[in-house]
Amino acid sequence: MHTEDLTTTLQQHPFLAGFSEEHMKTLLGCASNVRFMENATIFREGEIANTFYLVRSGRVALEIDFPGRGAMRIQTVGPGEVLGWSWLISPYRWHFTAVAAVETRAIALDGECLRNKCESDSGFGYDVLLRLAQVMESRLEATRLQLLDMYGLITSEVRK
Amino acid sequence: MNNVVAPVPHGVTDPMLSHPVLIRRIIWENDDTFTLTLDMGDWAGPFKFLPGQFNMVYVFGVGEAAISISSDPHKTGLLDHTIHRVGTVTTSLAQKKRGDVIGLRGPYGSSWPIDAAKGKDVCIISGGIGLAPLRPVVYTLARQRDLYKRIIVLYGGRSPLDLLYRVELEKWANENNIETLVTVDRGDTSWKGHIGVVTGLFNYIKLDARETVAYVCGPEIMMKYTVDELERRGVPSDHVFLSMERNLKCAVGFCGHCQFGPTFICKEGPVYPLPKIRPLMERKEL
Repeated sequence: MHTEDLTTTLQQHPFLAGFSEEHMKTLLGCASNVRFMENATIFREGEIANTFYLVRSGRVALEIDFPGRGAMRIQTVGPGEVLGWSWLISPYRWHFTAVAAVETRAIALDGECLRNKCESDSGFGYDVLLRLAQVMESRLEATRLQLLDMYGLITSEVRK
Repeated sequence: MNNVVAPVPHGVTDPMLSHPVLIRRIIWENDDTFTLTLDMGDWAGPFKFLPGQFNMVYVFGVGEAAISISSDPHKTGLLDHTIHRVGTVTTSLAQKKRGDVIGLRGPYGSSWPIDAAKGKDVCIISGGIGLAPLRPVVYTLARQRDLYKRIIVLYGGRSPLDLLYRVELEKWANENNIETLVTVDRGDTSWKGHIGVVTGLFNYIKLDARETVAYVCGPEIMMKYTVDELERRGVPSDHVFLSMERNLKCAVGFCGHCQFGPTFICKEGPVYPLPKIRPLMERKEL
């Protein structure tokens, strides 16, 4: 894909909505297009985390290996969403395994490249971190709801 | 005080009188939820209901439980109730067999205001067994599909095996031009669909917020977060309707067991416009 096409693709991704042209140029140097076939493993728990994905289409499942029960899927990430932030936080290791639940296209951003740019350009770094913080906040809220097991909750009020 | 007692249901002379009905079919939707199809017999003619209304289902010698009607309101003769086995009455119902007789009185309560959605997009958001009282809405909308723009069903369940009406969910999407998105809290590797909370599905649909009418039913905590999400996306609060569930006992506004703030759910609910109950949803005491 040409640089021009990649720029357009980046601009269209909701994670980068409102990103300045200057920051977009900075980001572009770390970006490439990737495609994963159904059931392809994108990364594995414990491996070095060096990529940040902006999902364009398809669906990625995050799995945890549950001894005795096999892999459990605990979350999916779909079009317009982002996959992975372990590339940002030391010791840069994945905490989950990611598998393409269906054929998936994404923009891969090189984690080390991105870290270096965040460090050398604090404005760019703050913008990226702010966007990631919003994603983390909404994922944390969703995880809290999942922990409630709300569909299994029966209050004494309705126990008949 | 005006009109404390709920209106007498259509075709019923004594609202406290149960009618015997025959169990025609029992379908287990998952490990603890089943759908009873009831043969209404002689009562089929006079019995009319609106989507969102409920019946009091009576197991003789055991007790009554308020159960939403989950079948197509345009079909007479047979009536579906999808029931979660959680207590004495529902466990007893779960042990019934085809041909057994149970008691039924109703229908009671308010209904989903389907006319409010004409010419607009409709977004149905449900969780767990909350899909049951919304199923008659889907049937009604599908029957007059041209009157609405987009119809979107967002449905969340605990796991793939816990989902209700799995065959119908596919049918709605394939045959009725209904955008159907299903998510579960957890799944195994064979599940290719979404995993996460139902509110996360809003990321995959582009709502024309001002032109959307939303119907929400599920656990109260799920409805609270769904309402927050709808508000965040700009859906006007008077376009949002919720179905509440409390301890419905008499169903006709006598006993007060179902009191929810200043309202009785059996009388003014279970379906409420959001502005009516929004302040109550924030009150811990309620």
